[in-house]
Amino acid sequence: MSGKPYVRAMTSEWIVRHPRYMRYMVREFSCLFIGGWTLLLVWGLKQLANGPVAWTAFLEALKSPASIVFHVLALGFALYHSVTWFNLTPKALPMQRGEEFVPDRVIAGAHFVVWGLLSIAILVLAGAF
Amino acid sequence: MKERQVELEVLRYNPETDREPRFQRYSITCREEWVVLDALNHVKETVDPTLSYRWSCHMAVCGSCGMMIDGEPKLACKTFLRDYPGVIRVEPLAHFPIERDLVTVIDDFMAKLARVKPYLIPKEPAPADGSEYLQTPAELKKFKQFTLCINCMLCYAACPEYGLIPTYIGPAAIALAHRYNQDSRDGGRAIRQEEIAATEGVWECSFVGACSEVCPEHVDPAGAIQQVKIKSTVDWYKKHLMPWTKE
Repeated sequence: MSGKPYVRAMTSEWIVRHPRYMRYMVREFSCLFIGGWTLLLVWGLKQLANGPVAWTAFLEALKSPASIVFHVLALGFALYHSVTWFNLTPKALPMQRGEEFVPDRVIAGAHFVVWGLLSIAILVLAGAF
Repeated sequence: MKERQVELEVLRYNPETDREPRFQRYSITCREEWVVLDALNHVKETVDPTLSYRWSCHMAVCGSCGMMIDGEPKLACKTFLRDYPGVIRVEPLAHFPIERDLVTVIDDFMAKLARVKPYLIPKEPAPADGSEYLQTPAELKKFKQFTLCINCMLCYAACPEYGLIPTYIGPAAIALAHRYNQDSRDGGRAIRQEEIAATEGVWECSFVGACSEVCPEHVDPAGAIQQVKIKSTVDWYKKHLMPWTKE
């Protein structure tokens, strides 16, 4: 070593260095919307506990344009997070059957199938059908 | 023979005379089939003998010629000039101190590599009759992918976590630790866990996945890291919820 190596400072420029870093940051950013929606859910439960007047007011507030925009964004980010996450599951959970590894699409696909079934079950329980 | 005019913009740094690095432009005539390493060799031989960079095999085996090419970590020996239409910017690998020009200081990686004990720690003594340790093709396949690492450090240059947290052990070292942990002949997992299951190990990784994308040997260090996370979590639960089970 020369004794005088030059250390380049890392700046936030790395986020735009390649699309993969921006995609990663969008995935990280999605937690704000998913976390926000979860807080809204807790708030809704509290209003439910407070009685019919509070609950009706809460439902009315959900119909506001700001609430609809927030829900559309939250749904979009939740879908993006879930899809990208399930697509990564073969990396974390490789399965070997005999000598060969189970194809990635089977592992990711199983997650999507379970996700779909659970979503349908929740919608049925919620009386959507 | 088809030729092309190439503009290289190379980051130069001379520790004896420079306060900070600067870019130097070289305009050279190259052959169509040349890679960036050929162009650098051409510059060194015909234009500027002071240009410093590491290389050895010229066939993506030695892992010496890793550098940032237009902002991406690449092996200069397998990056074709024809894939870059404009000026090609060549810099030393990101996240490593610059020794001189394109040569980086790799002491940090070498020390981390040693810490994870990337060698076989036999589970059982060698057979008394002098025969080999036996392994089935399935047992070999379980870890073979991770043996392909050539220690080129492109994954460290791609990993923002390593850039932000230099104490992070990093992708290649963890992938190599995982390679031996997955080996049916090895018994050193508990020793390696002290390094890779620690905060500075897998838990610094937030799964950007860039390490696997830039790996020239398709090793998938990101996969190795997530697998170590899961195994370490299972270890933790076993230790705290089922203390009677053997580790």
